[in-house]
Amino acid sequence: MQGLAWSLSLVLMAGVALIFLRVVAGASQPGGDAGTIAAAGYRWRDRLFWVVIVAGVAISFATLRKWPIPGHAAAAATPDVIVRAVGHQWRWELDRDTVRPGELVEFEVTSADVNHGFAIYRPEKSRILAQAQAMPGYTNKLQVRFDEPGDYEVLCLEYCGLAHHAMRAVIKVRADS
Amino acid sequence: MNTTTQPSPDTSTARLAFQLYAAIGIAVFLLMMVGGATLRATQAAWMPLAPNFAYQLLTLHGAGMVGTAGLAGAAVMWYFLRRHVPLSTGMFLAMLGLSLVGVVMILAAIGLGGYAGAWTFLYPLPAKGMVWGVHAAAGFAGGLVLIGVGFLLFYLDCALALLKRYGSLWRALGLNQLFGSGPLDKSHPPTVVASTMVIIVNVLGILAGAVVLIMTLVNLYLPSVTFDPLLMKNLIFFFGHVFINATIYMAVIGVYEILPRYTGRPWTISRPFLAAWLAITLMVMAVYPHHLLMDYVLPKWMTVTGQVLSYCSGIPVLLVTAIGTLVNIHRSGIKWDLPSRLLVFSIFGWSAGVIPAVIDGVVRVNLVMHNTLWVPGHFHFYLLLGLLPMLLGTLFWACTRSGWKESALDRAAFWTYGVAGTGFCLAFLFGGMHSVPRRFAVYDPAWIGIAQVGTVAATLVLAAAVILGLRLLTRLPRASLTA
Ligand code: HEM
Ligand SMILES: [Cu+2]
Ligand SMILES: [Cu+2]
Repeated sequence: MQGLAWSLSLVLMAGVALIFLRVVAGASQPGGDAGTIAAAGYRWRDRLFWVVIVAGVAISFATLRKWPIPGHAAAAATPDVIVRAVGHQWRWELDRDTVRPGELVEFEVTSADVNHGFAIYRPEKSRILAQAQAMPGYTNKLQVRFDEPGDYEVLCLEYCGLAHHAMRAVIKVRADS
Repeated sequence: MNTTTQPSPDTSTARLAFQLYAAIGIAVFLLMMVGGATLRATQAAWMPLAPNFAYQLLTLHGAGMVGTAGLAGAAVMWYFLRRHVPLSTGMFLAMLGLSLVGVVMILAAIGLGGYAGAWTFLYPLPAKGMVWGVHAAAGFAGGLVLIGVGFLLFYLDCALALLKRYGSLWRALGLNQLFGSGPLDKSHPPTVVASTMVIIVNVLGILAGAVVLIMTLVNLYLPSVTFDPLLMKNLIFFFGHVFINATIYMAVIGVYEILPRYTGRPWTISRPFLAAWLAITLMVMAVYPHHLLMDYVLPKWMTVTGQVLSYCSGIPVLLVTAIGTLVNIHRSGIKWDLPSRLLVFSIFGWSAGVIPAVIDGVVRVNLVMHNTLWVPGHFHFYLLLGLLPMLLGTLFWACTRSGWKESALDRAAFWTYGVAGTGFCLAFLFGGMHSVPRRFAVYDPAWIGIAQVGTVAATLVLAAAVILGLRLLTRLPRASLTA
């Protein structure tokens, strides 16, 4: 998902850059008839408008029809294990930290003091698997299925003060647990 | 572009007020950039800043940049709106005066009181910072309230002037024309439309901000009085989102007013233009739930609204302002100089920055990108490469009545700013792709390389900005309100 977001952003941003560069390159030459250019430009704009609308409807359906956040909906699947995760300045309190690969784990995320962010990182640490806000007075439910065994680090992703960067925990995913 | 009558007199006080805004704006922007670069260098493990100091710097950089962007944007709006309706110089200066008092309070809160609760002051963190005291948090919140009051005074003056001239904000926004059947009155200035939009959304945004700040202050001094953290979060993000967006919508007035003077092609209203501004007015206020996509206790419809409206919010920018700019300059014989380069570049930065922003608004993406460096990546794109060049371009133009003689240094500074700035933002986005968290004072070893690239780019941007800033300051005595 992260790679797709990055590539798509780069391609679209490069597209915008190319269009700007192209127009800018010829802008200092006079002689364009303002009326003709405006008519052509606005024809493009109107076409693009419909392209963007149709794409928007398609993207919205594709990304929202199956609800993207497992656990956050009335029809959530029944979990195999429930883990309560409570944020404190500056540590995580998990009522269990070992789960089995493949089982559906539901994290009940909340906080004892300020807002924190509960983010689970994949073992190689360069990709977030999923996250939820940890907020005092509320419990956000997040369902995760860990496919691979390993150590999944939990980082705090909502700024919570002095030791925000050091507020960590580890979820161990073990086949023999 | 009616310059035959000038509703607001060109007095020396008015000119001085504008120069004050420009000088203070440039100076603070440069200082905050130094702060930002220091922060990036800390993340790159090149600066041995203690975490508490780094978070104070983060708070200062965020609050300082957002506040200055607001003031400088308001200066652009004032500069052009006063050509269409009479505006008070006193109110304009009152906004600056109140803001300066607010800034002193904020500086004291951060520097002396050690406040480091970030510019978003997310409840209940201000009261539970552990390392800073109640008065520090209150100083910060109180400072923001004063700045907000200053803005409200300014908008009040603008709103009264618009009401007197157009009868209602509805007409000022051009809605009677949009929904009327007759031909459009092409003399209705885009500046008036944009200003009206900003007044509507930002007055509501600042009022929400004032309410939540006062609740924060009550909680600080009466800890037994608590508030619902989810409600507070909604109010804070409504305020923050509206305020920072309003800065761009004020600054873009500079593009609408100035580019036509280079190209000789007037930028007049049209039905798509009016429809776009109406859509922006509504969407800027309704889209803030995209900051709350990871709050699963919110109703599902709010999450859906956040995603869908994020996407829709990108459309007016890209289709109306960006295409409008390209159409305006294409084969127009435009003379490239610093102001025109900066203004056209700013529309590129804004349009391009919208793309990663919209992508992050997709819930599936947000699930793995929220609060990573992807976020400062996209907003620095449209603030550093969109908003700032827009403001600088307008200021340069206002100081360049007799024509800007461009030196090789200007050109070098412009290109360095653009290229290094793009690199700086891409380094943030790249960090986001690798799930590097935002707002971390201390980095894990794997993240340091990206931060080092970012720091090098930041240093180049800073150098270019210093050159542009100094050039501008030396030209400032020539500033003209009728340029
Ligand atoms: C040389 C230019 C700049 C540099 C080097 C810089 C650097 C930074 C850095 C390192 C951060 C922290 C990122 C993180 O880890 O979360 C940051 C955050 C931020 N910057 Fe900048 N920045 C620059 C320009 C700007 C400009 C022009 C604006 C606005 C007009 C701006 C507004 C902000 C805001 C609002 C934040 C968020 C603060 C927070 O997370 O609380 N920056 N910047
Ligand atoms: Cu935390
Ligand atoms: Cu935290």
